[in-house]
Amino acid sequence: MLKDDDRIFTNLYGWQGADLAASRARGIWDDTKALIALGREKIVEEVKTSGLRGRGGAGFPTGMKWSFMPKESRDGRPSYLVINADESEPGTCKDRDILRYEPHMLLEGALLAGVGMGASACYIYIRGEFYNEGSAVDRAIAEAYEAGLLGRNACGSGYDYDIYLHRGAGAYICGEETALLESLEGKKGQPRNKPPFPAQAGLYGCPTTVNNVETIAVVPDILRRGGAWFAGIGRARNSGTKVFCISGHVAQPCNVEEAMSIPLKELIERHAGGVRGGWDNLLGIIPGGSSVPVIPKDICDTVLMDFDSLKEVQTGLGTAAVIVMDKSTDIVEAIIRLSHFYMHESCGQCTPCREGTGWMWRVLRRMAKGRASIEEIDTLYQVTKQIEGHTICALGDAAAWPVQGLIRHFRPELERRILDYRRQAA
Amino acid sequence: MSLGAPAADDLQPASFAFTPENRARVETILQRYPADRQDSAVLPLLDLAQRQHDNWLPRAAMDHVAEILDMPKIRVYEVASFYTMLNKAPVAKHFVQICRTTPCWLCGSDEVERAVRETTGAAPGETVGDFTVVEVECLGACVNAPMVQINDDYYEDLDYHRTVQVLEALKRGETPAIGSQTGRHGSEPAGGATTLTKLRPAGTAG
Amino acid sequence: MPKLTIDDMEIEVEAGTSVLQACERLGIEIPRFCYHDRLSVPANCRMCLVEMEKSPKPIASCAMPASEGMVIHTDSELTRNARRGVMEFLLINHPLDCPICDQGGECDLQDQAMAYGFDHSRFQENKRAVTEKYLGPLIKTFMTRCIHCTRCVRFADEIAGVPEMGATGRGEHMEIGTYIEQAITSEMSGNMIDICPVGALTSKPYQFHARPWELKRVETIDVLDAVGSNVRVDARGGEVMRVLPRLHEDVNEEWISDKTRFAYDGLKRRRLDRPYVRGADGKLKQATWSEAFAALAARLNGVPGDRIAAIAGDLVDVEAVVALKDLMAALGSPHTDCRQDGAAIGGGPRAGYLFNTSIAGIEDADAVLLVGANPRHEATLINARIRKTWLASDARAPLPVAQIGEAVDLTFRTQHLGTGPETLQAVADGAHPFFQVLKDAERPMIVVGMGALARPDGAAVLATARRLAESVGAIGDDWCGFNVLHAAAGRVGALDAGFLPGPGGRDVAGILNGAREGALDLVWLFGADELDMSAFGAPGEGPVVVYQGHHGDRGAARADIILPGAAYTEKAATYVSLEGRVQQARQAVFPPGEAREDWKILRALSEPLGHRLPYDTLAQLRARMVDLNPVFGRINTLVPVDWGAFGADGAMDAAPFVGPVANYYMTDPISRASETMARCVDEILGGQRAAAE
Repeated sequence: MLKDDDRIFTNLYGWQGADLAASRARGIWDDTKALIALGREKIVEEVKTSGLRGRGGAGFPTGMKWSFMPKESRDGRPSYLVINADESEPGTCKDRDILRYEPHMLLEGALLAGVGMGASACYIYIRGEFYNEGSAVDRAIAEAYEAGLLGRNACGSGYDYDIYLHRGAGAYICGEETALLESLEGKKGQPRNKPPFPAQAGLYGCPTTVNNVETIAVVPDILRRGGAWFAGIGRARNSGTKVFCISGHVAQPCNVEEAMSIPLKELIERHAGGVRGGWDNLLGIIPGGSSVPVIPKDICDTVLMDFDSLKEVQTGLGTAAVIVMDKSTDIVEAIIRLSHFYMHESCGQCTPCREGTGWMWRVLRRMAKGRASIEEIDTLYQVTKQIEGHTICALGDAAAWPVQGLIRHFRPELERRILDYRRQAA
Repeated sequence: MSLGAPAADDLQPASFAFTPENRARVETILQRYPADRQDSAVLPLLDLAQRQHDNWLPRAAMDHVAEILDMPKIRVYEVASFYTMLNKAPVAKHFVQICRTTPCWLCGSDEVERAVRETTGAAPGETVGDFTVVEVECLGACVNAPMVQINDDYYEDLDYHRTVQVLEALKRGETPAIGSQTGRHGSEPAGGATTLTKLRPAGTAG
Repeated sequence: MPKLTIDDMEIEVEAGTSVLQACERLGIEIPRFCYHDRLSVPANCRMCLVEMEKSPKPIASCAMPASEGMVIHTDSELTRNARRGVMEFLLINHPLDCPICDQGGECDLQDQAMAYGFDHSRFQENKRAVTEKYLGPLIKTFMTRCIHCTRCVRFADEIAGVPEMGATGRGEHMEIGTYIEQAITSEMSGNMIDICPVGALTSKPYQFHARPWELKRVETIDVLDAVGSNVRVDARGGEVMRVLPRLHEDVNEEWISDKTRFAYDGLKRRRLDRPYVRGADGKLKQATWSEAFAALAARLNGVPGDRIAAIAGDLVDVEAVVALKDLMAALGSPHTDCRQDGAAIGGGPRAGYLFNTSIAGIEDADAVLLVGANPRHEATLINARIRKTWLASDARAPLPVAQIGEAVDLTFRTQHLGTGPETLQAVADGAHPFFQVLKDAERPMIVVGMGALARPDGAAVLATARRLAESVGAIGDDWCGFNVLHAAAGRVGALDAGFLPGPGGRDVAGILNGAREGALDLVWLFGADELDMSAFGAPGEGPVVVYQGHHGDRGAARADIILPGAAYTEKAATYVSLEGRVQQARQAVFPPGEAREDWKILRALSEPLGHRLPYDTLAQLRARMVDLNPVFGRINTLVPVDWGAFGADGAMDAAPFVGPVANYYMTDPISRASETMARCVDEILGGQRAAAE
């Protein structure tokens, strides 16, 4: 188990204040000037050393991402950091705690990351529903400007840096980085084609890096304690601490910061009070937010909570949002709800996602009542395969995977319902 | 209730303009974005307009925002119709949004919905008296499930009775405490934190 | 120049070429719905997915730039599966109403479903139904058929410059339309029907009238403005069923204006379908051709040429104009003119009345000054070209376009410098800052419209504009930036034919005055309807008025003898566009009733008049035309012009320039007879939505 001393988010539960004074007392904004003075290359190098991978779901190495940003501005265009605070992945509520309880850590990270990628300004795109959380960030921004930590000559470093809060208005898809940029530019949140990638042409056509809240918030600690410290936690290529969200059928749902690569079972039993009715009452777990396939109990017994281990069992770490389902769960209904979610949140531009998400949901709804044929299970699987990989963004994949997971691991349940219905009809 | 459609003509006010106070806010908002990128302000301005207009966006407000930002009206309509938080039709004083997605559902959102329905008399999609009720997708408070959002505020760790209590308090004109309804402070385990324990100030819940 | 491999073939393409374009260059067909050559690339339909080695997912070939070393497979299992999948998704919610769909038989979805679709449906749910949208009198919607390719949205935004279409809502509830229902206010909205790959947007006037395989297609030229748009006229029996654009990159690309497309019902109404002669009782009576010719011969008997005049109208073809010119010459009349509006052009060098920059040449311009010209209404596709150029220019330093005259919305940003000659003079004198803009430009354009030329001081305006062009360096060896913007399709051809006052001859104003003063005994109105007919007095009072033309419009109303002619769809005829491009129209249908091709009427009546015209066939007449002006033999070619002096010195009036087109939808006898155009006036200009929707 991670030692408290190694925990970054010491105010994860909001026991202390989120204001500047309280934040300073936790070590935030402590001689930030010196960290800025490390300079761009050293900051990127330290982040690379830490092995930090993006905490928003895709897990792309953060230092490498920053290094894609142009070294010098061509034609005078600014570079931007955009922080993705559009936390909307079902099961995920970790950024919310950072936004409301540790906003200054986020702002300090935003400044240091900005220096690391040569950005002159940062937009924090927060989901509109997080009204109170956004207000906490707004207050922190005002305090930081007031204290000279942001704006011109931030922290007395000679570096000019602005941070703005931008509120969304209800669209999961804006968590996709290019949809977020479109939304921030005042358009519908429809993902862009890539290339060009944001590092080449992002916000307003300028070089842009989009990072998750948690990714940015851990940067000051990485720089203070050294990349090696962070890399020493968890397994190789899966390093660092991670805020896990444990929801569903556990005794005590919670967010908790733990070491990467902690066994899933240990995570649940140590922090969430175990599966309701005991581990043996476990049906299955969605280990990384709604977009990753469900895994049945036998896999949960041994799997580690990191990128590589979960990938090996055909699921993913995603946002590290662990949705636990015990044996009382109507697993079909659980997945139907996710299918409905993706249908509702599809932006509508790509044919496979626009048409396919609704198709999957409707077939599943029939199948849940048994009103389908056994062959339709295969058709449904093919439909998921026709969506997967055929759309501009990953929402299509995310919509397909939960259904694939259901069919992969719970096909007998689907068949049982179909046969039961037939028997009753006959 | 179709996501995108505008309200019927007879509900639409003839005109809309920001109050002087909000007009000043508009100017502040515009300063966040580069001078040639003012379209960026469309969501904040639509939000401001909605807040000024009883929590819904009439056509005239969308047109007013289009005019301020020098955007074609259709671009504003597209945006307004895309985002769920922008209400295209009138809603009641208490806008109750019940999270229906899997994590909340696993923890009993059906019971929350029943409580809302029985207490307000409104099923999802309906308005009765001071309550408009809708079902929404994940609101991002999953370890405090099930939960609802009423106007700007989250009410978490609900069950049937706690939901009724919140709604009854609103009916009485009271302001129920927001957040967890079981006394949890934040997202810590209900039975007591397993981490950071020595940082927990005395007397703090959790 | 990246080199890539497509289906085992190597190809080197220019940087920036998309994979789809590279495939096309190899003759490999890539199915697509959202992609369109002339529109931005959203890559949302996903039909053009192809396999790219080293990519785990197929790529959208329309949006992927070709790059060095790429290996593409367009016929692999992965590619085929992707296409089949997308096709299935497109069809699950698409109605199977092809038998009652106007797009049937010319539908991209239908065609591609044949090539890439399943033979049965696996979709067991209810299909989505979408309410129809009102878009005005021209476009009928069946939105349930919409596949959300967004071509129409992008067309409205990018080409038409009228951002009124959008995709509202999201996911499977996304709908294409205007959100708040309204008629689309573009003059080129009909092109949305063509680019719609399915039957979601169809022609309202054409709906349920014909099937594509019943139609005879004739490639011809439009005359409803002076652009010379290349069109295809689809006819069934003797009836024009619709008009569609035909590709001509240098003229109309693949677009046409709404008047060009939709005014054709005017060809079936108010037609002059037999000769008429005004009887002793003062009433027009039906006559046979020989009766009409006899009446004409009687009226002309003994009349000296000096008391005869002829005015050619705006839609006239060169063949008939030359025949009329020859006839007038034979009759001894010098009083001929083709400038109904009195525009001060013609007679001098050809450069003085052409759109010299050429339409395609607009794309090279780096500054534009419009003088008394509203290209949006006078030559819609010229306006579209200026917009295209403006849009392609650097957004931080966009193409400067300035207007002198009425301040009109041209769908792109312009500077309005002033309303009349005073401003033009200031620019010409270098006193106005826009002079420097033109001067600094490498290829400046000055466009002078009829609003500036069709006025008493037109010659002085023309000369001032010419001097301005010369002084800002708009006239060079490889660039001619002086342009006259015509609105009449027959005008340049008639000017090229020299249908102008002969020595001592009267111009249009002179003819009208002559008629008022009793100096003329017979006035021949060849398709001339835009005149002050009061000059001819009441029938029996003024001169004998002969009206030769196809519509019972203003001219015919006053005429004493009516010779029914052929409209542009009914004759083989030559027209010269405003840029001086000689083009030939073909006959799609026969003229109605007794009506005849105009040159044949003139040739036929020349005999009873005793001045037999020396051509019996179209070929002979065309040889005569070339003889008269070699330009007429240079089909579809822009003949280089010589610069020279034109216009005349003189004082300019202070009156502001007023454009010739007050109502875009009704500018000539055909569009005035069109019910569709009348509906446009009511619904688009008047905002009155038709009751029977």
